[in-house]
Amino acid sequence: MSNLTHQAAAVQAMPEETAFRRFALRFAEDRVALVGLGLVALVVLLALLAPWITPQNPYDLAKVDLMDSRQPPGEMAGDGFRMWLGSDGVGRDLYSGILYGLRISLMVGAISGLIAASVGMAVGLTAAYAGGRTESIIMRIVDLQLSLPTVLVALILVAMLGKGVDKIIFALVVVQWAYYARTVRGSALVERRKEYVEAAQSLGLSHSRIVFKHILPNVLAPIIVIATVQTAHAIALEATLSFLGVGLPQTEPSLGVLIANGFQYLLSGKYWISTFPGIALLVTIVAINLVGDRMRDVLNPRLEK
Amino acid sequence: MSEPVLSVKNLKTHFFTRAGVVKSVDGVSFDVHRGSVMGLVGESGSGKSVTGFSIMGLIDPPGRIVEGSIKLNGREIVGLPEAEMRAIRGKEIAMIFQDPMMTLNPVLRIDTQMIEAVTAHDAVSKEEARNRARDALGKVGIPSPEERLSAYPHQFSGGMRQRVAIAIALLHRPGLIICDEPTTALDVTIQSQILAEMQKLCAETGTALIWVTHDLTVVAGLADHLAVMYAGRIVESGPLDAILDHPVHPYTEGLLGSVPSRGKRGEPLRQIPGSAPSLAKLPEGCAFRPRCDRQNEACCEAPDNRQFSSGRTVRCCHAQLTGATV
Repeated sequence: MSNLTHQAAAVQAMPEETAFRRFALRFAEDRVALVGLGLVALVVLLALLAPWITPQNPYDLAKVDLMDSRQPPGEMAGDGFRMWLGSDGVGRDLYSGILYGLRISLMVGAISGLIAASVGMAVGLTAAYAGGRTESIIMRIVDLQLSLPTVLVALILVAMLGKGVDKIIFALVVVQWAYYARTVRGSALVERRKEYVEAAQSLGLSHSRIVFKHILPNVLAPIIVIATVQTAHAIALEATLSFLGVGLPQTEPSLGVLIANGFQYLLSGKYWISTFPGIALLVTIVAINLVGDRMRDVLNPRLEK
Repeated sequence: MSEPVLSVKNLKTHFFTRAGVVKSVDGVSFDVHRGSVMGLVGESGSGKSVTGFSIMGLIDPPGRIVEGSIKLNGREIVGLPEAEMRAIRGKEIAMIFQDPMMTLNPVLRIDTQMIEAVTAHDAVSKEEARNRARDALGKVGIPSPEERLSAYPHQFSGGMRQRVAIAIALLHRPGLIICDEPTTALDVTIQSQILAEMQKLCAETGTALIWVTHDLTVVAGLADHLAVMYAGRIVESGPLDAILDHPVHPYTEGLLGSVPSRGKRGEPLRQIPGSAPSLAKLPEGCAFRPRCDRQNEACCEAPDNRQFSSGRTVRCCHAQLTGATV
């Protein structure tokens, strides 16, 4: 029985060896992903701090002077600050505009991702656990949703609902939930066959407890991976819709609106109006995708060991 | 004798698959008495696990109990509504599974899982549930249970995990525990520890056990009664010693002959030729006929269950011919 005490000691000796710690260490093995994570952190920080680190509130029309419009990078604004990235067609400082735009883009991406993930998880888990006809019906709806082009669906929805952050979020949830549902259902089907579910059933636990307390934590890994990639998608899609003029209004410029604003000046040599917001969007999406790719590698059980 | 804890009568659990009706359990009857251990022995696919799951009411579609009765302490539990069945599961009947690596949820701590199991049936506070969990761990021989409670399953060895599973099964002091090959995945030394533990606990609490296994040597030291299953039917049942000393059914004989032992060293090990038949298309008459060395025309008729003295039944038409009718 001495081996028992050994085991007990071993457990006490490695309380730090949690699943998260292992994940973090594995994640950090990839330099590129670390750079991506750093960039994501930087972008989020810039967006959060925007009101304190920008010279101008681009939403406050009283602060925006039309005399400052289309100034090249480095010019002084009428209010006496330097516009390092130039200004757009209505005189908004681009640096301020980009940070505020990032705020909206990230918020829209995160909130729509969160809601879509919750909806998709509930639907996917229900389908996998219920099985039979319920599952067939749910999964056909998911297939239907996935077969429609996302931009088209979002475009139609936003055109019908009108402009506004809430409408954009709704449209993004509608086009995204099915991805979560399909992934969750796939993983949950595997988990459902595992013995611990039978064991939980044999303990007399209720269905909802088994689904949400026992199966859900086991399918979180793929959800996290999908969530990062889908958030990047959502940000790109929001920019697309705004660029096409059906997303966010001109008074609340997201990155897509800023890019669209500069589009007409591109050929007249005023490159900066579209380019800088474009770079910001690109960096954000690439960084999120780098993080997502690495998470997929680390969390994929087939690639481990 | 007092009323049995569990009384199964003519249980039939069939699976309605596209390939046909699979009669996994086809007319199984047995009684389990308080504090006794009943060994349910058979090859893979003989229906022994499905019998266990039928008792738990955990048969998933396309499977279904088509006939028969299962009485728990005299109460019929076949056809009970799901909510009432759930109240019985874990409370009055518990189950221990084959692979302790698989039956504990890998992402939840032991205390989380045990508290879940307690509060599923008793409205007690979390601390109270945790205390009961700790006591249960201590009772099954897990050292420093307080610290072990906050560990994850992967920090336990296989034997320890099975002890945790046993502790969970014992939480509500059920009258019956169904053990589905709980020692198959363990080392022999651990296996004997677990067996001893179970024996002791059952003697203390009067819990009856159904021990499902394919390993006769395991039940030999544990069970009071034995039921040998083949192709969904009990082909031989009775007191353990009587069966081990004088197997009547050729399948039981074959099973016993398949166990290597010292006395038979050097002799070629007897084996049962062939493999268990597909339950979707069983041979006519006796299901064991194609693999039996005693088969003749009489076997083409399905043999009925023959009653012997001292509570033994055998399902073989050659039973008297072998002369082991004591």
